[in-house]
Formats: sequence, C-alpha cells, structure tokens
Amino acid sequence: MSGLIGDLLAHLPALQVVVPLAAAPLCLLAGRAGLAWIIAFTAAVAATATAAALAYLTFHNGTISYHMGGWAPPWGIEYVVDTANALILLLVSAIATVVLAFCPASVAREIRPGSQHLFYCMFILCLTGLLGIAVTGDAFNVFVFLEISSLSSYALIAMGGHRKALTAAFQYLIMGTIGATFFLIGVGLLYMMTGTLNMADLQARIPAIQDSRPVAAAMAFITVGLALKAALFPLHLWLPNAYASAPSAVSAFIAATATKVSLYVLLRFTFTIFGANFAFLNLPLHWVLLVLAVIAMFAGSFSAIFQRDVKRMLAYSSIAQIGYITLAISLASSAGISAALIHIFNHGLMKAALFCAMGCIFYRIGSTRIEHFAGLGRQMPWTMTAIVAAGLSLLGVPLTAGFISKWYLVQAALQADLWWLVILIAASSLLALVYVWRLVEAMYFKAPPAGREDVGEAPLSMLLPTLLLAGLNIYFGLDTRLPVAMAESAAALLLRGQM
Amino acid sequence: MTGAALIILALGLPLLAAPLIWIVGNRPNRREAVTLTIAAALLLVVLAILPLVLAGLPVRVALGAPVPGLNIAFSVEPLGMIFACVASFLWIVNSVFSIGYMRGNNEPRQTRFYVCFAIAIAASIGLAFAENLFTLFVCYEALTLSTYPLVTHHKNAEARQAGRTYLGILLGSSVGLLLPAIIATWVLTGSVTFTTGGIMAGKVGPVIGGILLLLYLYGIGKAALMPMHRWLPAAMVAPTPVSALLHAVAVVKAGVFTVVKVTVYIFGLDYLRELAMADVALYLAGFTILTASIIALRQDNLKRRLAYSTVSQLSYVIMAALILSPLSTMGAALHIAVHAFGKITLFMAAGAIYTAAHKTKVSELAGIGRRMPWTMGAFAIGAISMIGLPPAAGFISKWYMLLGAFEAEQFFAVVVIVLSTLLNAAYFLPIIYAAFLKPQTDGGSSHGHGEAPLPILLALVATAAGTVLLFLFPGSALELAGLLVGR
Repeated sequence: MSGLIGDLLAHLPALQVVVPLAAAPLCLLAGRAGLAWIIAFTAAVAATATAAALAYLTFHNGTISYHMGGWAPPWGIEYVVDTANALILLLVSAIATVVLAFCPASVAREIRPGSQHLFYCMFILCLTGLLGIAVTGDAFNVFVFLEISSLSSYALIAMGGHRKALTAAFQYLIMGTIGATFFLIGVGLLYMMTGTLNMADLQARIPAIQDSRPVAAAMAFITVGLALKAALFPLHLWLPNAYASAPSAVSAFIAATATKVSLYVLLRFTFTIFGANFAFLNLPLHWVLLVLAVIAMFAGSFSAIFQRDVKRMLAYSSIAQIGYITLAISLASSAGISAALIHIFNHGLMKAALFCAMGCIFYRIGSTRIEHFAGLGRQMPWTMTAIVAAGLSLLGVPLTAGFISKWYLVQAALQADLWWLVILIAASSLLALVYVWRLVEAMYFKAPPAGREDVGEAPLSMLLPTLLLAGLNIYFGLDTRLPVAMAESAAALLLRGQM
Repeated sequence: MTGAALIILALGLPLLAAPLIWIVGNRPNRREAVTLTIAAALLLVVLAILPLVLAGLPVRVALGAPVPGLNIAFSVEPLGMIFACVASFLWIVNSVFSIGYMRGNNEPRQTRFYVCFAIAIAASIGLAFAENLFTLFVCYEALTLSTYPLVTHHKNAEARQAGRTYLGILLGSSVGLLLPAIIATWVLTGSVTFTTGGIMAGKVGPVIGGILLLLYLYGIGKAALMPMHRWLPAAMVAPTPVSALLHAVAVVKAGVFTVVKVTVYIFGLDYLRELAMADVALYLAGFTILTASIIALRQDNLKRRLAYSTVSQLSYVIMAALILSPLSTMGAALHIAVHAFGKITLFMAAGAIYTAAHKTKVSELAGIGRRMPWTMGAFAIGAISMIGLPPAAGFISKWYMLLGAFEAEQFFAVVVIVLSTLLNAAYFLPIIYAAFLKPQTDGGSSHGHGEAPLPILLALVATAAGTVLLFLFPGSALELAGLLVGR
C-alpha cells in the first residue's frame, strides 16, 4: 500500500495536469450537464488535493523535478515545482473547485441547455491550461498550455448570454493571439541563441550571451506578450469587455486566475531565466514596469468609478490591482516579489468572491447594472454581506486579506526608498473606496424600483461558495501563514544568487 | 480574575451584546434589557481592571499575529484606563437616554441602531487597550465602519451625503496618511508598540520626524484638526444619541486619545521637544481652537453649534499634548474625560429639547428654561464645564493645561486658552440667558410641552452630576493622569 502511495506522490506533478486533461473529453462524452459537472468537479477536487500535496512537499522538502515520460531533461520535458508555482497551482485549482461548486445553478440559468456539457468541458480544459503553464519547467511547453487555456477561455467567454459576448471573445482572441505570438517569437529567439527550451538550461546559458541583441529582443517580446495576457496597462483593452460579457462563473474563474498565471510566468522568465541583473540592470525593466503599473493603478480605478455595469467596474478594478502586482514585481527585491505573490493570492480571493456575488445577483434580477442594485441590501442580505466583506478587502481594510497585501507592498516600497510611491498607493486605495462605496450606497440606500417583484437570496449552491470565498478574505487577513510563508520562500528561490 | 481574562471580557461583552440584541430584536423591552445589562457588566469589568492599573501591575493579553512581529495585543495603561472608564460608564447613561429618545421619536430600525452601538463600544474599548499602533489602527477602522450605519440612520439623501463626508474623510485620512505613518514608523524603528518614553529617539531624524508628526496629526481624522474636521458637523444628521455618545465620546475621543498615545508613547515628550515641527503643530491646534469657536458663534442650529464647540475642544487636547510638559499632558488626559461628560450632557439636552419641543435652533429657545428646568439646568452645568469655570470639571483640566503652558513657557498656548474661554462664554451664555430670562417667543400656547420623557431626564441629570462630582472628587482621574507622566 505504501508503495502505491509512494508511486502516486512521485507522479504528482504529472497528475496535476493529466487528471483535468483527461476529464475534459470525458465531459464531452458525458453529453449531459449533470454528469459532465460531476466529472469536472471531481477532477477539480483532485487537482486541488494534488496542488495541496505539492505545496506541502515543496515547502518542506524543497523543489521537485519531474521528468515527463522518464526522458531526462533537456531532451524530455521537465516539470519543476517550487514554492512559487505551488502557491499558484493551489490558488488556481482551489478557485476552480469553489467556482465549479457554484456552477450548476448559475450555468443552468445562463447557458443554453444543449451546450452545458460543452461548458464544463471548456472550463476544465481552461483549468488544465492554467495548471500546465504553472507547473512546467519548459519554455515551449508554457506556450502550448497558454494556447490551451486561451482557446478554451475564448470559447467560454463567447458562451455569455448577450451578443456582445461574441465581439468581446473575438477581441480577446485577437489580442490573446498577438500576445501568445509575441511570447512564441521570444521563446524562438532564445532557442536560436541557446539551443535549449529547458528553463534551467536557459538560465545557465543566458549569462554568457546576455549582451547579444537577440537575447534583449527575446526579453522584450516575452515581456510584451505576457503583459498582453496579463492585461497590464496599456495592453488591457480586451479585459473589461471579456469579463463583463462572460457567463458569471467564467468571470469569477478567469478574473481570479488567468491574469495571475501570466504574471507568474513573467516572474519566472524575469527572475529565473533572464535573471534580475539582466532584466533590471542591463535593461530598464524597472522603470518600464513601475511607470506602467502606477498608470494602471490610477487609470483602472478612475475608469472603475464611472462604470454603470458592476461587472465592468470590477474588471477595471482588476486592471488597477494588476498594477499593484506589477508594481511589486518592478521593485525587484525579495520584499517586492513576496508582495507580488501575496497579492496574486489575495486578489484572486477578492475577485472570485465579488464575481460570484455578481453571479448570485444576475441569477435573481438578470442584470448587474448598478441602478438595478437598489434595495438589494434588504432583499439579498447575505450576498450583500459577501460583497461588503470582499469590497473591504479590496480597499485594504485591516483584518482582511487586502490589508496584508497592502502592508507588504508598502513595506517593499519603503525598503526601496521610494516614499512617493507610498503616497500613490494610498491615493489609489482611496479611489477604490469611491467605487466600492458607490456599490454600498446603491445596495443599501435606495428603495427597490417599483415593479420589480420581491427577490430573495440565490440558491444555497451559489450562495455558500460565495460566502466561503468572502470568508476566506477575512480568514487570510487573520492567519497569513500559508500565503506569506510560501511567498517569502518563493521570493528567496526566485532571487537566489542574484542582485 | 487575571488581567488577561478581564481584558477579554471587556472586549467580548459588547461583541456578545451585538448578536444577542439582534436575536431579541423584535421584543423591544428585552432588547433594551440586554443592552443595559451588558453595559452594566462592562462597567464592572472595566472598574475591576482599575485597581490593577493603579497598583502598576501589567495587564495584557496577546491574541495572535497576522503578520510576524505585528501583534493583535491589548495592554492597559493609565490613559487607556481613563478612556475605557469614560466610554463604558457613558454607554450605560447613553443607553438610558437612547431608550427615551428612540421611542419618544418613533425612530425606525432601532435594533440595527443598538447592534451597531454595541460594536462601536467594543471597538472603542479595544482602541483604549491597544498595545501597539497596529491593534489601535484595526480598532480605529472598526469604529469608523460600525458608526457609519449610525450616522446614516435616516437613509435619506441628506444622511447619504453626510455618510459620504464621514467615511470619505475618516477612511481617507486613515488609509492615506495614518497607515503610511504607521508603516514608516515600523520600517524606521522596527517597532509599533507603545513604549514609555517613545520609540523614535535616536532612530528618526528631525526632518522625517516632523513629517511623521504631521502625518499622524492629520491622519487621525477623528481628532478633527482643521481641515479634517468637516465630518463632525456633517455627522450631526444622525439621531441625537449617536451624536451624544459617538461624537462627544467614542469617536472624537478615540481621535484625541490616539493623538496623546502617539505623542507620549511613540514620539516621546523628550524627542518632540527637539522637533521644530512640534511648535508648528501647536500653532495649528491653536488655530483650530479659535477658528472653530468663531464658527460656533455663528451657528443657529444647536447641534451644529455643539459640533463646532467639539472641534474646538478636541484641539485643546491636541494642543495640551503638544505643550510637552508633564502637567499639560495630564491636562490633556483629564480633558478627554472632562469634555466627554460635559459635551454628552449638552448633546442630551439638545436631544431632550428636540423630543419635547421639536426645536433645533438656538433662536427658538427663549424662555424654554421655565418649561424644562431640569434639562436647561443640566445644559448650564455642561456649558460651564466647557467654558472651564468651577464648580464644573472643565476647570480642572484647563487649570492643568495652563500650569503646563506656564511651566513650558508656551505663552502662545496661554493666550489661546484665554481667548477661547471668552469665545466659549460668548456662544454658550446667551443660550442660558435666553432660556431662563427671556420671555417665550411663541406665546407658550402653540403646544404645551413640559420636560422630555423620564429616561432622558435621568441620563441628563446623571452626566451633569458627574461633571460636578468630577470637579469635587477628581482623585482617581488625577492619579491615572499622574501615572501617565510618571508623577
């Protein structure tokens, strides 16, 4: 028996991807929504368990290297799990599980009956792609999984009920393809210069040739491509439409995970492969990222204030929050990388909770426009509680996860002697106060419009996951051991022997 | 019982009250019984801590650390003891008053009102006992958020606008200025724990220290240093009990309490004496005292006049703390308690007038003293305390402030105190004069009202008596204030 468990543990990195990948065609074959949901949900639970085991193992025993099919790297594909991607794997698979628990009622309401099993197939395929991007130690393999997750998310967004979903998906498809192509060009240049695609090999060979122009070009292509996928200002234009038009469950899942995974890849390429010295001393990545991040923080928040559709408002808020993460990355210090990873984790929780709450509201009133929120404070008190809790976390009020993020971010800025940055962070947090409070006032201060029948809470299968996610925002504001310890360990690994 | 258990009880009782009040919400008598019982129990618990603090025993409890090195911890010291005693005693009095006012005016959403009140008290107690800036900040924000529903109680357009001002200024200043100041303190000194003698000396230079002082003073928006004071008059749209407890006691006192804590235990008086910015801050506080008094003179709405009086009185505490002599620091600590008693009396009198006579303007009060002798008698005592005359407690705190100002040779502060005493007299005495000596303007026949309901009167008389008693028997308060500065 122990032998079986030992075998299982040895193959965890492969299982992380293979289980959801195998579940995808099964969902298709199942043909019925109920059965497909069971398959998808089981696979997501298994993925979460795998990710948790991997997180535990990497944190206690160090980095795990797995050779796909027994082929030794660099000939075969290597999967490398350390604390950095273990945290991402855990976030992505856990959010997928909770959102899938939320799905049945929401999907039954928003997706045509005939294609619901296809929805689950695409959903689990998207999960596969995101997990694969995080787990692999091979530069080209990243591209493959990037395409898997992107193509499935185009399909998922296009399933949104309104016709606008089609243009949003098409816009995202164009932008996403450009991003992926840029990334591929960068990887191609690296392969041309080094003859390898294995990340560890790339890391070893790049220093010798780092003054050559193709390597600088590769870095530029890869950074721009990933910035497009991560929706970093000014490459964010696809994001608001995509998040606003997608089905509720898809918005919750993608908003919490997709851009985060791209930011992780940016971290991985910048620090592990190119090295911080190359990226920040030879090339001006510090100022490029810092300036764009600050603009993103303000442009995103300002745009959010003026949105009438709450899902769009949250999408613009995401652009601002991605700005925070990028800002932390641009500091290129151990504290900065920790802050980035912590905020990746915490922001995933906030946005998943908020978009799930939007799903609950859409389920009942068929709209997420702010004027239709009038009176909901009384009619859907629990959903509104979840929105307020996650909203406070978004603001960074103490005892919520968001505060922990801000705390580490500000500390990183102070360590870098960038006092003025602290003022900008505080100012942009105040903009978040404005848009979160617009929501609170709409929910609590206005009487429900005449003519709308009395609505109640969404079904428990939707409400409970939403409340769970909101509760996690509070929990991780109090007990920060998991994200902070993982992030600090990851920052040490990513910066090992550099700067 | 150990000190740690007492602190947990003091925090837990009001937190426990909130769900209990909610559960029995549709039975008003039981709901009010829960509030009063728990308020009384809280006062007993706080009083049980008092002898421990007077004896100099350490009373502390740590609940955990969300970020390594940043504890959620509580530890009772003399200043916090004063604040906790005042808040827990006045919660009882104010609850009695609330019962009379809320029922007398048929206010809606009373259950929510009492629930939020209990949470706000828990936050105040936590703030009073906070061992470090981080814990204090958590309680400070909890206080802002839990009082927001109280300020916007009426849910109309005016309340929403006031709520925006309230939250905008309080959250804005705390997130935008106070939090960066706390984090900077943490980065520069490696500590945010309140320590006797301060933690800045030798670690923070004079320029950064000066900037930090301004960040703290303006970041603590609840202390209403101009121009951060606008939330205070705006919040007067709330029902009077809210104005009474929260904007005479809990919220504003949380502000000046934090200022005194920061000056004494973070900067340290010795460090501040070396800081040129401390003088600038003193002038800013003096400016606020005088300007707010002049604005108060021109207000015809009684609650607004009281609100601006509060703005002015709060800066007394800030100025007294910045005079930087031990005697004036004692004055600052005493004034936190003294002003609380005096101002809650005045607000409750305003509430009594509104409940009995539906009058809100100063100009309508001619002759009202004959119909409401108890109310206006209490009002007079509160006003005398504000002006700083014996036999009201306001005299004692002003006395210490003046002593301290002379000791530190801060003659600017002396001039400000004298001028503002005249201004205080100018905006309070005409009210008393009109109430008792002028003939009634509406002929007294339009509607025959007498005194407000009995619970309101009881509460009023209790706080007015407290104001006088604090003058006659200042023993424990003086002793605590002395402990604060090591005398």
